Amino acid sequence: MELALAIVFGCCALGAGIAMIAGIGPGIGEGNAVAKACEAIGRQPEARGEVTSTMIMGCAIAETTGLYALVIAILLIFVAPGVMGNLIKDLVK
Amino acid sequence: MTETEIPEKQEKRSLRFRVVDILLILMMVLPLVTAVALRVLLTPPEEGVAIHGAWVYWCANPDADLSQVISTDFMITEAQVNSWLVMISITGLALFLTHGLRERATTVRQHVAEWVVEKVEGLVTSSMGAFHVRPFAPFVCAIIALSVFSSLMSLLGVFTPTSDMSVVSGWAILVFLVITAYKACCGPRLYVKTFTSDGPVVAVLNVIGEVATPVSMAFRHYGNVMSGAVIGVLVTTFLTWLSSLLLGWLPGVLGEIPLLRVGLPAVLSVYFDLFSGALQAYIFAMLTMIYVGGGFPLEEYVKRHSGRKARQGETARAA
Repeated sequence: MELALAIVFGCCALGAGIAMIAGIGPGIGEGNAVAKACEAIGRQPEARGEVTSTMIMGCAIAETTGLYALVIAILLIFVAPGVMGNLIKDLVK
Repeated sequence: MTETEIPEKQEKRSLRFRVVDILLILMMVLPLVTAVALRVLLTPPEEGVAIHGAWVYWCANPDADLSQVISTDFMITEAQVNSWLVMISITGLALFLTHGLRERATTVRQHVAEWVVEKVEGLVTSSMGAFHVRPFAPFVCAIIALSVFSSLMSLLGVFTPTSDMSVVSGWAILVFLVITAYKACCGPRLYVKTFTSDGPVVAVLNVIGEVATPVSMAFRHYGNVMSGAVIGVLVTTFLTWLSSLLLGWLPGVLGEIPLLRVGLPAVLSVYFDLFSGALQAYIFAMLTMIYVGGGFPLEEYVKRHSGRKARQGETARAA
């Protein structure tokens, strides 16, 4: 039983870490977006406000996949061990 | 003439005016005090690192197993209570700002209120067009205010309602209903047509994308606020450990004070609690406006509406 619980907890932590690999994508995407926005502001300083707000919206959209991964990781860390632990305890009974 | 009359009026109602003012200020402040008091009285003291969800204040079934993910028991959690308290507080603030409005603004609070209204109307106009300003500016302002003040609750040391998934999901579902209502305002046929216009395969993708809208909105807000809180706690814990490692040799009480903890968590809090909270409120409201403005069939609506108006005019003329 201890071994089973250890495997479950360890795999939950590993899974959370692996899920957060998805953070690479939004990082690259947002970096690109901000770089292009800086270029645009450099070319057209008078459009600064509009470019900035559009960039923030784009960053928010690009962040979505990373946040899906984050929510999965949070579930794996805080919720899954308890649920799986209860499941295994029930099974052993 | 007006110069003599206005001060008299002020004199006459000053006592009542002040009493109402004090009541409104109490309405603003008391909910926040209540939140702190509930936090102190009802939650057990924490030791060391504590990252957890909202405490359950009250549950319909006291023997319920709270460790289950999906529980069918009716329960009232800290997040719900705090978000209600924030709503009461914001209502008090709005009433206070609009109390004693005059045609010509003389008081600071009227200037603040007018500034808020003008800013929000400008925001709605720039992102949705002038057609939607009337019905939408109050809604957008309510979303922004609720989100900002909920995120700022963390400054009081109580649980932030926006770092609970269920609260933000509620907002996202509400926004989704609004989006759907606006998309379907020209009848269900046109609404279905927006999905199926590009063929059956794209239609499935469109439906999935439509369902993903509230999910991603809720995840975005919740994930940003929650991750900020988690990072803050982790950094604080790390700094405590580091200072006990480096400064533990100091004699007496000096060694127990986590000196390294001063500074960095406060800077992180400025970013995660103040900046990120306000930014998420802005993004949530902007997404609402973009989805509604993008999904609303304006031309069709205007065509039908003007047609109906013309017909009404004809019948009126005939009568």
